[in-house]
Amino acid sequence: MIEIEALTKDYLALTVVDHVSLTVADGEIAVVVGTSGSGKTTLLRMINRLIEPTSGSVRIDGEDTRALPAFELRRRIGYAIQGHGLFPHRTVGQNIATVPSLLGWDRARIDRRVDELLELFQLPPGEFRDRMPSELSGGQQQRVGVARALAAEPKLLLMDEPFGALDPIIRAKAQSDLLAIQKRFGTTIVLVTHDMEEAIHLGDRIAVMDKGQLLQYAPPAEIIARPATPFVAELIGTGERPFRLLSLTRVRELVEPGPAQGAPISPDATLRDAYAEMLWTGRDILPVVDATGASLGRIRRDDIAHRAERPQ
Amino acid sequence: MKPGLIVRLVVLALLVAFVVTPQSFAWVFQPLTKNGQPAIYTQNTLLVLTLSHLAIVAVATLLATMLAVGLAILVTRPFGAEFLPLSRSLANIGQTFPPVAVLALAVPVLGFGWQPTLVALFLYGLLPIFENALTGLTTLPPAVTEAARGVGMTDRQRLIQVELPLATPVILAGIRLSVVISVATATIGSTVAAWTLGEVIIAGLLSNNIAFVAQGGLVVGTIAVLIYDGLSAVERMLMRRTGQRTGT
Repeated sequence: MIEIEALTKDYLALTVVDHVSLTVADGEIAVVVGTSGSGKTTLLRMINRLIEPTSGSVRIDGEDTRALPAFELRRRIGYAIQGHGLFPHRTVGQNIATVPSLLGWDRARIDRRVDELLELFQLPPGEFRDRMPSELSGGQQQRVGVARALAAEPKLLLMDEPFGALDPIIRAKAQSDLLAIQKRFGTTIVLVTHDMEEAIHLGDRIAVMDKGQLLQYAPPAEIIARPATPFVAELIGTGERPFRLLSLTRVRELVEPGPAQGAPISPDATLRDAYAEMLWTGRDILPVVDATGASLGRIRRDDIAHRAERPQ
Repeated sequence: MKPGLIVRLVVLALLVAFVVTPQSFAWVFQPLTKNGQPAIYTQNTLLVLTLSHLAIVAVATLLATMLAVGLAILVTRPFGAEFLPLSRSLANIGQTFPPVAVLALAVPVLGFGWQPTLVALFLYGLLPIFENALTGLTTLPPAVTEAARGVGMTDRQRLIQVELPLATPVILAGIRLSVVISVATATIGSTVAAWTLGEVIIAGLLSNNIAFVAQGGLVVGTIAVLIYDGLSAVERMLMRRTGQRTGT
């Protein structure tokens, strides 16, 4: 658990982060979203003390982050940034091994961990371990960057616009990979982005920041339904609200028994995907079939539309 | 084998052959002599002069590299930043002070011989190495230095594991400039009795023997070109190895 309390950063007369308090529970993803200059990156960098706070405190599992030397604290916290920041003079394997090496793990354990992570990120170790970062595509470099951040099995992972430099297709893949890996390791993640779509997709909770202040910190559904300030509403986009709401729910939850015609939809698709499919193919009812081909029933347009209404 | 490499190897072989057995090339320089002057300088063997010339340059460059890189590291640390202007002026003074003047000033203190030359070359070589080291250490990709801090490297680990390896090709380019300048400048060391190839040139000038001037100049020039070329190749290799883009 991370407890941020009245965290503040002043640069001379300018307050970049102003008394921000929030708590992230174990295994949760908290997404900090805001425009540039909102102080979101400064907030993130104060957690691993790349920036020293002016006042306030950060506690990780009850322990104040100032109890350790900064470099030791950072070895315990994964850190992934936009543009990956891989060491260009080291191989992919050496890059991933960075923190375990700093921590003095033995060779065999490091090698095992490197191969495990490469497998996990779908980069076959035999092919990728000894390559240089410059020989990888942008998406592969980004995955190695996240693998390096996870190498020493940190309980907490900080990510600063990790997918900002990726094109939309690779970004969607990177996001779902991150969710899968987060589930597997149970890592607590604090992620910074300017993209509300990404925040809603990834976040268990979303923190909206503007001009150094935390405006709202709540689950996505609540942020969409009850934005705390006009700024939060604007960030969500009023025309987007019903669709963002639909994107939070899976088809699985609205399946009912009964027949339906035409191409089926997966139970893991979002209601937004299903609704788009209905509009596009002119159908009111879609059959729901899972990956194994088993029919689960059907989903109706009225039910979906009902879910898009503003929650009371 | 590439044609460029063959040319380089042939030039190197010719250089070594000439320095080791200059008499067998006497016919080349004979046309430049008049009134029965000797075609090849024999007061000291060319081999000894060449090796001594290279040794003085090597020691001067090594010392200049240690001081210049050391200073560059110091002034790029947070606690050393205030020494940046001072170090810059120091290196600049070394560069603007004419080596001949350094020799003239150093002889009364150090006496005749190789020592004044070493001092002059050392001072003259500082600036290119210092400026390049400074550039190399201050223009690292920001995402990489940020990541180095973020993974929890200490200041020393960052310097040794990330900053210096990435700056090495640029530092080497400074050393290359410095060495080439020193190889040429070392010739004037002969005016204060250092054993360098300048001795051959000066003997030629004093006795009006163009053959001596030509052979001394050719050996110095060829050495400078070969060293420049060799170090450039090492730089390109390092750039590739450190995954950085090469300029060529």
